[in-house]
This record gives sequence, C-alpha cells and structure tokens, in this order.
Amino acid sequence: MIRAIDIHFSYPSGVEALQGVSIKIRDGEFVALMGENGAGKTTLVKHFNGLLKPTRGEVFVDGRNTKELSVAELSRKVGLVFQNPDHQLFCESVENEIAFSLRNFGFDEATVSKRVKWALNFLDLVRYRKTSPFMLSGGERKRVVLASVLAWDPKIVILDEPTIGQDYHQKEKLLHFIRQLNAQDKTVIIVTHDVEFVVDCNPRVVLISRGQIVGDSTAKEVLTDRVVVEKASLVLPQITKLFYQLRGLGLPRNVMDVDEAERLLAGLVRRSGA
Amino acid sequence: MSVFEGLRFKRISSPIHRLDPRTKFVLSSVIFGLAIMFTELLPLLLLFFFQIPLVSLAGVKKEWFRSLKGGLLLALMIFITNFIVGSISAGWSLTGDVLTYSTAMALRFLVITASFSIFFLATSPDDLGLALEQAHLPYEFCFAFTTAVRFVPVLAYEAQTIVDAQKARGLELEKGNFLKRVKNYIPILIPLIVGAIRRSMEMAEAMESRAFGAEKKRTNLFILKMRPVDHLVLSFSLMTLAFGVFIRLFVPMPILKFPQLRF
Repeated sequence: MIRAIDIHFSYPSGVEALQGVSIKIRDGEFVALMGENGAGKTTLVKHFNGLLKPTRGEVFVDGRNTKELSVAELSRKVGLVFQNPDHQLFCESVENEIAFSLRNFGFDEATVSKRVKWALNFLDLVRYRKTSPFMLSGGERKRVVLASVLAWDPKIVILDEPTIGQDYHQKEKLLHFIRQLNAQDKTVIIVTHDVEFVVDCNPRVVLISRGQIVGDSTAKEVLTDRVVVEKASLVLPQITKLFYQLRGLGLPRNVMDVDEAERLLAGLVRRSGA
Repeated sequence: MSVFEGLRFKRISSPIHRLDPRTKFVLSSVIFGLAIMFTELLPLLLLFFFQIPLVSLAGVKKEWFRSLKGGLLLALMIFITNFIVGSISAGWSLTGDVLTYSTAMALRFLVITASFSIFFLATSPDDLGLALEQAHLPYEFCFAFTTAVRFVPVLAYEAQTIVDAQKARGLELEKGNFLKRVKNYIPILIPLIVGAIRRSMEMAEAMESRAFGAEKKRTNLFILKMRPVDHLVLSFSLMTLAFGVFIRLFVPMPILKFPQLRF
C-alpha cells in the first residue's frame, strides 16, 4: 500500500511541484493519475519509488517511510517505467537489457535466465531476444523497457505516459496487458493525459492540477464532471461531450462508455419511433 | 550536475552582462593566461580573489559558487596526483614545497574554471555566436559552436532523467570499488550519447527543411558594437597581461608557501 501524507516538493529551481498532496493507494488497485503537463504527476510517482523525497510530509510504501529506504530497495517493490525508452536502453541485446535490472537486484544467474524468458514471452518479444534494442521500433522499445521492469516482479507497477507515440492497435494491446497485470493482483498506476484511453481502462481516477489533487473517484464520476475536468485542463471524453450536447433530449450527461451510450441512444430512437 | 549549472547563461542585466562578448572573452582569456604563467601561490590567490568583485557585479554569485563546487572534486584529484608524483620525485619524502606546489596547481584549475564560469554565465550563446561571426569565422562553424553551448543544459537535464530511469531499474551508481563505479556509468553514457547523435541528425534535417545554407551571404538583426567601457576593460585586461608577463620575466615572486616539513 502507498500512503502519501500532505507532501510538498520543490525543485532546486524553486518550482513548487507538489503542494500538499495526500493519497492512499491500496494493494491491487488500478489508478490513473491525470492532469495537464507540469501538473506534478511524474513528480508524485517519483516519490513512490524514492527517486524524490518530499521536502515536507511523508510517503509510506508498505508501511515504511521512503526517507529511510534507498531507490534500489524501493524499486524492488515499485517498478517505475519511464516515458521515453531511449532514456534507459543501452545493452547490445534485448535479452541483456531485461537481465540488467535482475542482475542489479542480485538474482542468481539461473533465476535471471528464467525471468528473462518469462518476460520475453509475456511481452511477445521472444523473436527479438538477440536483437539490439536500438534496432526496434518505438512501440517495441517501449515493450522492452516494460519487460525489463516486470521481470523482477514488482508488486506495484507505475507506467509513465504509456500511450504516447503508440498507435491504436498498440493501445488496445496495452489495455489488455494492464488488465492482465491487475488480474495478477498487482497495483497498477498509470500517469497519463490520454482521456480516451482512461475511459477504456475504467480505473480510479486522480486528477492533479498545479501540484494539488482536484478530483479523486471512479473514472465515470471524475471524467464526466465538466468543472473538475476543465480545472485540470483536460477535455471531456468524446462520448460525454456528445451527451452534454444532447442534454435537451432528456438524456443523462454522465455517460462515457460506448455500450451505455448505445443503450441510451437506442432507447431514445425506439421511444421516438413508437 | 552543478558544474553545468555554473556554465549556463543567466539572463539578467548587469554591467558585466552588457559588456561586449569579445571584451569578456579577452578578460577571461587574460585570467586564464596569467593562471598558466604562474605556479606560485600568491599570484594565483590574487587572480582568484580578483574575480569575486566581478562575480558580484554580474549578480551570478550563487551559480559561480556552484561551478566552483563542481570543480572542487577535480581540483582535489589534481592536488592528489601532484602530491603523489611530487613526493615520489622528491625521493619519497613529504616536503613543504610539494604541498605548496600541489595546492597551487589545484588552485590554478579553480581559477581557470572560475574565469570561464563568469564568461559563460554572463554571455548569452547568441552574443557569442555573433562575436564569432563578426570575427569572420565561417557561419557553419559559429552555428555549431552556439548550438553546442546551448545544448549543454539540455544534455545535463537529460543525463539526470537517465540517471533516474536507471536507478529505477536498480542501478546503484555509488556502489562498488573505483572500477565498478566507472562501469556503473555505462548505462548512463550510452543512452546519453545515442540520444545526442539522434538529436543532431533530427536537427540537421529540420534545419535543412528551413533552408539552412540556402544563401551564402547572411544578414544579422543585431550587430555588436564596442562601447567606451569595453575599450576601457579591454585596455585594462591587456595592461594586466603585460604587467603579468613583466613580473614573470623580471621580478622575483615573494614566496608564500607552507613551512618545510620532513617526515
């Protein structure tokens, strides 16, 4: 479980990126942290694996204060996948790239090779085992980084902007994959401003704006609330926008799901036909 | 990354910032030249303290100290190397002379770092490029130079992100003996270099699509002009240099050194 209590954080440049954030994320939860660029989303998740320590307030991961733990110790539990794979890849083969983190954590070679095999399979990378990561496409490189984090089996997986630069097909795969992780009882946290992707995922949504939490509830409740969404400089999901425009027809506004929209609209057509 | 911070241009208005970049370059070069000429403690100390009023005039004290702090580790290494080599060549003995000389060498490095730190803190990359252009260097060269200077902070920022990303994968930079620590930096350096190369290629393409090099003769919006104060600082710098050369050649230096020790 992650618990942040009234954390503040200022960068050396003086920018106050977090201004009193309190949040509790239980084991096995699926959370989307959303907000505009520079809202403090990435700064917040960097507190969860100890890369940043709060200037004021406290963060606890499984009951232990992050101030007392090193990044390496925390990373064993909290796997953070960075936005840009090019900031991490450096080995001559995909296989070694995945083994890198395992060796850092001191796994023995037998376990390393077992875990590498598992991760390659899980992310459909077996045929690139010996390929240089630099030769792969953007989406594949992202998968390699993901594999290298999942290989050590962290309890909490944080994905920073996982949908950037991914085509629709890859997003669908990602969605499927996140559900799989969540089904394995892992806590999954995604940092994103991709509203449509979050609608498809349907997680708990935490909205951040200017270093403060401005909304925290189910996706439906947060993302269909125009005031809150605009406060975080996001846009309403397309389907919600449609229902806002159709409000004269006596339809509810808090709709974001395709199936629900279809049911409501079909009902409306049927009623008007009768 | 504090060394980079101390080399990044700080956009404020100060008498030093308003000086012509060429004047500032000559001033920094004179300090550099004098530091190279002397191996004694006294002139190096004078050179070091001479820069403090300049720094406060330029309003960049904080950044300047940061660059010194960054240079301190290297200065320490210079001190240790000189100290070891000096002691060995003095017949495995520790003498006050070796101590004095090693301190002077470390101080010399700090003086040089400090002088160029002032220069870069108070000179915008644009001014610098303009100065090079007006010195009739080929434009491509000036452009490459300004771009390199401008990208230092970008690279520093990227290096920090890479460090974070690799730490999140369990890399512990401070772990292990000296060799292991050097090896720890491979996962940082490779992505940094690959990224820089990739960026330069992308930039070249972007520039070409914006007609870089289409016209041989370029015009400039701004033209640098030396003001009276520039001439004043310039003459002062050159006179100081001449004075330094005179002292070096004809005046014996008053001795300032650590007491003789024998172990």
